Amino acid sequence: MTSDSVDIINAFALLTNFVLLPALSYGSQLALGALAVTLVYSVLRFSNFAQGDSMAFGTMIVILLTSFMISRGWTISGIPTALLVIPIAIVFTSMYLLTMDRLIYRHYRKIKAKSITIVMSSIGVMFVTGGIVRFVLGATAQKFEDGERFIFSVREFKAYTGLEQGIAFKTSQFLTITIAFLLVAFVFYFLQKTKTGKAMRAYSDNKELALLSGIDPDKMVQITWLLVAALTTIAGALYGLDKGFAPQQYHLLLLPIFASVIVGGIGSPIGAIAGAFLVAFSEILLTYAYKKFLIYLLPLSMHPSSLVQLIGTEYKYAISFVILVIVLLIKPTGLFKGKVIVDE
Amino acid sequence: MNNLNNIWQSYRAIITFSLMGFVLLFVGFNQSWALVIGIINMSLISAIMALGVNIQWGYAGLFNVGIMGFAALGGVSVVLISQQPVTEAIDVGGIKMLFALALGAATIAAGVLLNRRGVNKWLISLIVVIGYLFTRFYFSEASKLIEKVDPAITGYLGGFGLPIMLSWIVGGLAAAGAAWWIGKITLSLRSDYLAIATLGISEIIIYVIKNEDWFVRGLKNVYGLQRPVPYEVDMQKSEWLQNIVAWIHRSELQLLSQSEQISKLSDYVREASVVFVKLSYSGLFLLILIAFIMLSNLALNSPWGRKVRAIRDNEVAASAMGKNITRQHLQIFVIGSAIVGVAGALLVTYDGIFIPTAYQPLRFTFLIWVMVIVGGSGNNLGSVLGAFIMWFIWIQSGPIGLWAVEMLGNYVQEGNTSLEFIEDRVHYLRLIFMGSIMLLIMRFSPGGILPEKNKEL
Amino acid sequence: MITVKNLSKHFGGIKAVDGVDLHIERGSITGLVGPNGAGKTTMFNLIAGLYQPTEGEIILDGEDVTNLTSHQLFHKGLLRTFQIAHEFPTLSVLENLMMVPANQLGESLMNTWFKRKQIHAQERELQKKAEEVIDFLSISHLKNERAGNLSGGQKKLLELARTMMVDAKVVLLDEVGAGVNRTLLNQIGDAILRLNSERGYTFCMIEHDMDFISRLCNPVVVLAEGQILTSGTPDQIKSSDAVIEAYLGKGIKTEATS
Repeated sequence: MTSDSVDIINAFALLTNFVLLPALSYGSQLALGALAVTLVYSVLRFSNFAQGDSMAFGTMIVILLTSFMISRGWTISGIPTALLVIPIAIVFTSMYLLTMDRLIYRHYRKIKAKSITIVMSSIGVMFVTGGIVRFVLGATAQKFEDGERFIFSVREFKAYTGLEQGIAFKTSQFLTITIAFLLVAFVFYFLQKTKTGKAMRAYSDNKELALLSGIDPDKMVQITWLLVAALTTIAGALYGLDKGFAPQQYHLLLLPIFASVIVGGIGSPIGAIAGAFLVAFSEILLTYAYKKFLIYLLPLSMHPSSLVQLIGTEYKYAISFVILVIVLLIKPTGLFKGKVIVDE
Repeated sequence: MNNLNNIWQSYRAIITFSLMGFVLLFVGFNQSWALVIGIINMSLISAIMALGVNIQWGYAGLFNVGIMGFAALGGVSVVLISQQPVTEAIDVGGIKMLFALALGAATIAAGVLLNRRGVNKWLISLIVVIGYLFTRFYFSEASKLIEKVDPAITGYLGGFGLPIMLSWIVGGLAAAGAAWWIGKITLSLRSDYLAIATLGISEIIIYVIKNEDWFVRGLKNVYGLQRPVPYEVDMQKSEWLQNIVAWIHRSELQLLSQSEQISKLSDYVREASVVFVKLSYSGLFLLILIAFIMLSNLALNSPWGRKVRAIRDNEVAASAMGKNITRQHLQIFVIGSAIVGVAGALLVTYDGIFIPTAYQPLRFTFLIWVMVIVGGSGNNLGSVLGAFIMWFIWIQSGPIGLWAVEMLGNYVQEGNTSLEFIEDRVHYLRLIFMGSIMLLIMRFSPGGILPEKNKEL
Repeated sequence: MITVKNLSKHFGGIKAVDGVDLHIERGSITGLVGPNGAGKTTMFNLIAGLYQPTEGEIILDGEDVTNLTSHQLFHKGLLRTFQIAHEFPTLSVLENLMMVPANQLGESLMNTWFKRKQIHAQERELQKKAEEVIDFLSISHLKNERAGNLSGGQKKLLELARTMMVDAKVVLLDEVGAGVNRTLLNQIGDAILRLNSERGYTFCMIEHDMDFISRLCNPVVVLAEGQILTSGTPDQIKSSDAVIEAYLGKGIKTEATS
């Protein structure tokens, strides 16, 4: 790094390692959460404030099952045990979400309550869920990743390419990006091509019309919660594998998730995903310290002395909020015109 | 039976408030009066906060999920108004900080103005980014300088050294300002955007308070705030208090010897001084609460209230009858938040210490919401009652939970790990408990204990 | 009075209103008829500022009001009633009327604290006016009833009454006669005619009852599938083949698909 020459390749290797890969995986995790919020919004017509804590709930199940499996020695070497238990965890999370729907949300649907009342009840669910998670696992952070940690490590990368700056590709990142891609593809296939998915879209577009054409609303609601449970559990588990599990962290994910949904256009699945990556990249690009990057690119005389960080890491949630505010000011319908349901 | 029911219906408020009073009296006789007055004071502050939220939710259906943030703004105001200025820090970094903040403000203003003029968006972005970079540079310079000044004691700019009561008004204004800004952006949009935005702004306010040490000392807390009421030590020296205490306990004191009398009396005086100080706070808080309720009731029983109820009944029709709903909602949101800000300032004044980590959503947003819903949304008296009931439960739920665990412990053999586990986590049950109360009341008794009379049936 | 030029409103792919040109004459009672789903209520919602049009403009008294919201239009003298009565259920009938006039002293928060006396005086005047209106519509016996407890027809009358609390220029009546019994309907009809002749209100009304329309309206405009089919006197409309076809032929088709 003492060299005076401009080193573009190493500079971009650096960015790939510290910006591109983390942002891609963080974006994927947010996208799954945002997709869940958008689905609930489209079909059940409310902004689900319990999303962050539901993700914590799903992850809690994954953690419990993982430690059970490990204690029994039921593991496959090289693969995170968490991955194996996700399907079972989804079943549990579905049961939890469906129970909550049965106990709480269904009543408000029946009496045709204002959407803001349902939002409020979702905050009640948020606290109950958060309480359950903290009671079971405590509030401290923990890791539950096992198996191979890297697809390739910094050392392997350096040895292979001979570059000064290494890139590590973590297993959790690889899994996050691949699984998120597959899951999103599945959800879109489901919504666009299957009969149930089409019915769901029809139901979300126009409830009365859908009822007339014989769509069973209860079934639509149940399928929505099943999808949401899958998205929620997987998003939570992937986020936890990547960054570790802490209930408060999950709770706070609500803000970037809502920002993603609104940026993309609330109710629009594509928008939710685009919004998620926009939020993730903004967050990481703005909080990244560019010092080393600039040292690679600039001649010695221009090397920066400070960190060259645009915004302190402690304010990363403020970035979501600022994005949210800007979108609400400039284009409240979001980038991909979501549906705006008028309250009456 | 029917008769009883009728009595209950017509005297609900009196009955429930009396019951609450009895419970407090019971605690007073059995535990201590200082404790009871402490509970009453916290209930009064909570009642003011709940009143603010009730005005927003009950009268306009505005869902504020950021009560914590507005309360924190009130708390910050107390520090900024009442603390003495730290002259050394101001000398070192005051001007620089002022310059940085002015530069930041100018950047934003320039961005907004150029945007209105329709200048190229990329050019505006460039200007804003450059402005931001300069701001950030000067800002971090200034904050470093300020934070270096005697960090163990100050390390911040201090306040204006003005009377602390002024900060209650300023706290209200600060919260009102933030609410105006948030409301302006979100109130013309869908109703849940306000909820999301308030959630966001409140988290950010807390982050700023925790991280910007130059501002209100961050995690180092601010101790020894001014007091609007006398100190206990001074009270103990005052003759009239001694005389009153001696008079109250005269029969008991007469039986004692001279030296015993003196020591016993000084014990009583010490206790009385604590009670007196707390009672002075109670008086202040009660006065403020009553003033707010009176102002609110005057407004509600006038054409203003009629308009507000009409809007709540049917927004579309109210709009067709010429009422500007967004503006009305903005007004209500600002007023409600201002009241929350005042209550936040009162709370920090009462604590005498400013602790940023104390701002937890469960305590400051959620508990207040439960108070409003339990008491009866839309009913001011309901909010007050809800505040008393829920604060009492909140305060007692900790000891009760531990007590329950202990009782459980008597039945489980020594060294059982599951017991330790529960003991460790028992306070998280509060989250579940409070959440369940809220959900149950919303589901089965949406009117709360004291339902609003005018509510749609 | 009101001129609508090339007005369109699309919901997704559905063209609820599709390039309508319409002129409402000052002092007239214009009837707007057409099969269900023809776009009549959408037209009203566009004119009254509840929806923003996809295309076209609306001119009220020579002023472009296309993008004004409904509370702004109220202040320009345009009032409306709703197809499904939009009363204020928790307010009494009297309060429903008294809330209407704009810029009341007591609507400002500061005044409610510091100008109690003046507010009281103004309230007395307002109440007198509201009572006059209630008398005019012969519903004095209901004045202290909560509006939510009224019958459907009474709510319709209440909506009409609200429009009489201020000096309106144009009143849009959306099926003011629907669900109202004969006697009450005649009462409403009388009220409309009197308001028209005595106070010079301009009306535009959506109606299905042809007798009611014949009695009140001239001209009558027929809307079908979001476009104007024809217009003329009630007699001309009754005998028009196009209209009959719209109602019985194509009309039934639109009804079934919408």
